[in-house]
Order: sequence, then structure tokens, then C-alpha cells
Amino acid sequence: MADPLLVVRDLRTHFFTRTGVVKAVDGASFSVNRGEVLGIVGESGSGKSIAGFSIMGLVDPPGRVVDGAMTFDGIDLRALPDEEMRGLRGRRIAMVFQDPMMTLNPVLRIDTQMIEALTAHIRIGKADARARCRDALGMVGIPAPEERLSAYPHQFSGGMRQRVAIAIALLHEPDLIIADEPTTALDVTIQAQILYEVQNLVHTRDMAMLWITHDLSVVAGLADRIAVMYAGRVVETGPTEEIVERPLHPYTQGLIGSVPSRSKRGSKLRQIPGMAPSPLNLPEGCAFRPRCAYATERCGQSPADRELLPGRWGRCHHPLHLAAAGRPELAKP
Amino acid sequence: MTVFVIRRLLQSLLVMAVMSTLVFAGVFAIGNPIDILISPDATQAEYERAVRSLGLDLPLWEQYWRFLQNLADGELGISFVHHEPAIELILQRMPATLELAAVALLLSITVGIPLGLWAGLKPDSLAGRSIMVGSIFGFSLPNFWQGLMLIMIFAVMLDLMPAGGRGETAVFLGIESSIWTLDGLWHLALPAINLALFKTSLVIRLTRASVREVIGLDYVKFARAKGLSERRVVFVHVLKNIMIPVTTVIGLELGVMIAFAVVTETVFAWPGMGKLIIDSIFVLDRPVIVAYLTVIVVMFIIINLVVDILYSIFDPRVRLADVGA
Repeated sequence: MADPLLVVRDLRTHFFTRTGVVKAVDGASFSVNRGEVLGIVGESGSGKSIAGFSIMGLVDPPGRVVDGAMTFDGIDLRALPDEEMRGLRGRRIAMVFQDPMMTLNPVLRIDTQMIEALTAHIRIGKADARARCRDALGMVGIPAPEERLSAYPHQFSGGMRQRVAIAIALLHEPDLIIADEPTTALDVTIQAQILYEVQNLVHTRDMAMLWITHDLSVVAGLADRIAVMYAGRVVETGPTEEIVERPLHPYTQGLIGSVPSRSKRGSKLRQIPGMAPSPLNLPEGCAFRPRCAYATERCGQSPADRELLPGRWGRCHHPLHLAAAGRPELAKP
Repeated sequence: MTVFVIRRLLQSLLVMAVMSTLVFAGVFAIGNPIDILISPDATQAEYERAVRSLGLDLPLWEQYWRFLQNLADGELGISFVHHEPAIELILQRMPATLELAAVALLLSITVGIPLGLWAGLKPDSLAGRSIMVGSIFGFSLPNFWQGLMLIMIFAVMLDLMPAGGRGETAVFLGIESSIWTLDGLWHLALPAINLALFKTSLVIRLTRASVREVIGLDYVKFARAKGLSERRVVFVHVLKNIMIPVTTVIGLELGVMIAFAVVTETVFAWPGMGKLIIDSIFVLDRPVIVAYLTVIVVMFIIINLVVDILYSIFDPRVRLADVGA
């Protein structure tokens, strides 16, 4: 298999605030291949969005990427000069944001906002640029794209605005799309449509995609692989089906247990006890320790990221389901 | 839009009616101008003739009725002191005030917006902090004191600029103004700076606050994520959004600047409307006071209308026909 398109190793992004250092991302590792959707799942505040912004080089001060390596198609993103990073953004790495109502500039027309995305990277005539934008709008399912080009964002619904944002992200046919909860703010029916279209695009165009979400049920139907984040760290990665069926990390198990499903109708939903820790004051060792039913004294030391099963990595001293998978020796304390 | 303008004009008439009543009653209450106008050793007969010729012997309601009748003919009364139509006196002085206010406004925009942008984009830099500290001085030191200091430093100590008065005027594009001659500009500089200092500080602080607010919003981040240059992000995406609050305030402040250039005009002996109104108040020249206030109210109404129209240009979400103005 070819090298992954994007490799993130031990990324640390910290925010230096007055009250202390907020370790929003504190050792996240994952990789994405072409033609693959990687779902990054985690609760609010787990650092998943900041991880996405770190790749884009768009972390706002007082935040800063302090450590780790990010390699995109052989390019070291951290060592890249600003101007070259700008050249990658939007052209080879595109991003779609969470709230479609806030993504488009309210005082600029759609055509202005689309054409500037083109002319930021390539020389193109006005008429050609307009034609390309119109086609892009048509592709994401916006009716009468020619007329809609001259409209302002407030004349669109939320779902339509998100389609416009996706069309902008797709303008340069990027190699990687980072989607930060792009369907969270939408109706379920619109969400399903957009999910279907996005999946289609990724596979037909051999793009790679990072789908950042807190909604495990959305990502389960979409992603090829999943990375679960907790308190700034990726605690488990692996193929979607395997993770959903046999989670190795107790936190993943908790997440899956708290999703309502048909088979558990009528029974009480399980929830993870306690609250996610404040990134200002993370517990020593495994950050999930205070909420974990399997925690032992050993969890006071931070577990290393290791390959627990073929293709499945995790940070846990007491991974689950290993005995059944024929690796009981790894589960022992 | 047409409907909006018509409705706005009708509302303006109402405002004018209310204003004229208040002003007329107010001016009537503050004293008898006859005592100031005629010499103390005038005879009783002379006194009464003066009273009758000015119409001051009539009851208040009748004076007001006459005033309204004159107003309908476009007359705002004859100055007690100058024996000229009040409106003409004001219109003679208006260009001087307008050019002063216009230049001051231009200064506060061209200096205030760039400095505010800088302070908003780099709030922690030395320049950013210095700008903010400077702006505190700009609007907390009294205007007249700033004017006196400008005269002290540039006219008295350095002997670079004239201490007061209006310079030569010339006619260009059909407008007679002192901004077309070097001497005129030379005289205009200090008063314009004095009048602009406060507004510049206001524009700086407003621009900075708006930039700080807009810069963290998703659409600015999205603009960056598209790979736009920093210049385009700031000068198109940020600037166009902050122009909405900045336009509102600048528009309102322009009216204030014209109406209350009084202090600056007095300090620099600038022959504008502000100086005229102060002189008229001293001698209780009622027609001039009323006419001045009428002109100012009309000006505010026009400025507000223009600001509303500018609004719809800067913010596409505003549709004037829908505004319940």
C-alpha cells in the first residue's frame, strides 16, 4: 500500500492563556489514505476541531502547535513557510466548517466568495471562473446555480449554505478535505443527503477526508476508519466496523453504549459516569482513568500508543475484548 | 426604496413641526431682545416703535402663527441685529463650517480607520497599544484645551501656522471654498485637526472593537481556509463588515460636528455658523437662532437618510422597504 496522504504524529497544540496552558491537543496521531474517510470522534473539548485547524495552519493565538509532525504528501507542514502554506490551503487541503450560517461572509455575494477562492490560486478569466463556480454549485445539488451565484448568503437556507461551502471546498479538487462537523447544524434529511454526496465524491475522485464529529452514529455509516479522541489524545484507531463491534478502549465502549439503537429499545441508555476533564487540568497518566471502570494503579502512568491488534492502535493498559481476539497477554496488567 | 424615502420625508416634516414649536417657545422664554437691541437712553416712543416693528408686541401664539406663515414662504425671519434675512446670514457662513467639518471628517476617517485596523489586528504589539493609549487622550482631553495647545505649539512657539481666521478662498467646480488655495488650506489645518481629534479617537476605538469582533468569526477563518491572501481577508472580508457600524457612527458624528463646531470656531476665530449662533445667542437675535436650529435639524435628517441608504449598500441584509424606520 502507498504511503498515507496525511500522517499526523504526536501532535500537540497548546493555548497559552492567562489562566494557564490549555493542552487542547496533547499527543494525537493518525493518518489518512487517498480514497479514504477517517472519522475523528470525540466529545466537545476533546481537541478534535483544534487538530483539524492545526493541519490547516489556522490555529488562532494564543494557540500554537508546539510539538509533533504533520506530513502531507511528503511535505512537512510545520516547516512550510506561510506563503506556501497559504498556497496549499483551499487548493490541496480544503475545509468545511460546522456552522453553515457563519461560514459565508454575510456582506459578499456568493459569486464573489467563490471566484476569489479560484483566483487566490490560479490565473483564470472572469467568465471561465464564473462558469466553473456555476458547475460546482450544480454538482452539490443547488437548483438554478446561475441565478444563485448573484445571491447573498442570507438568501439561502442552512442546508444550501453548507452545500455552497462544500462547493467552495471542492473548487480546486483538493487531495484532502477536513470536514469539521459539517452536518451537525442541519436537519436529519439534509444531513443524509449531504453525507451520501460527500461519500460519493471522496470515492469517485480518490480524495482523502477527515470527518470530525461527536456523533458516532453519523461517522459509523460514513468513515472507513475511526480515530477516537479523548482529552487531546487519540485513544484508539482502527477500521470502523471492528471498532464499533469490538471496541478496545473502555472510553470507546462507553461512547458506543451511549448511542441509542434499535436492538436496545426499552432498556436504559448507558452513559459514561463523570465529566470530561478540563484541558487546563488533566489527570496524570491516562486522562480517562477517573471515569473508567477498569482503572488500576498502573493507569497513573500514561499508556503508550501501541498496536493492540493488526491495524488497530490504542492507548490503554487494560484493553477490552483481547482475550476473544486471541491476544490475552496484552490485556494482563 | 422610493416608498422608504417618501415615508421618511413625511416623518421629517413632523419632526420639523415639533422642533420649531419647542424652539420658538424656548427662545421666547429666555429674555427680551429689545433691552439689548436699542440704546439705554432711547425714549419710550422709540422703544415702542422698535417693539412694534419687530412684532414683539403681539401675543406668543400670533408671533408663532406669523413665523409659520413666513416659513411656508421659505422665510425664516429677519435678523434683529443685521436686518438681513436670517437664512441668508446662515447660508453665507455655512460654507466655512461645512469645509471645516468635511476636512475634519476626512481626517478622522483616513487616520482613524487604518490605525483602528492596525490596533485590532495586532492588539498586543507596541504600536497597537500605543494607538489605544493615544486615542484615550484624544477624546478625554477637552476640545478647547486641545485647540489652545495647537495654537500655542504651532502658531506661537514654532510660528509655523496662523493662529486663527479663514484664509483666501477660490471658486472651483462652482463652490467657493478655502480648500482650493494653499493659504486657505494653511489656515484650515489647525482648526480641522482640532475638530478631528475627538472623532479620530472615536473611529479608532470603534474600528478596533469591530475588528476584534469580526476577526474571530467563522467566515474570516473560512476565508483564510480558502487560501486567500491576508490582504484580501483584511481589506475585503473584515473591512466590509466593520464598515457597517463605522458608517453609522461617522454619519451621526458628521451632524454633531457641523452643529457643534462652535468650540473650535470660537477658539480659532473661524467665521462659520457656530460663531454666528454664539454671537446671536448673546444678543438674543431670535430669528437667527430659530433659523440656525431649523437648518441643523434639516441637516441631521438628510444625514440620517444618507446613512440609511449607505447601510443598504454595505449590508445586503438590510432592505430599506422593509425597515419600519
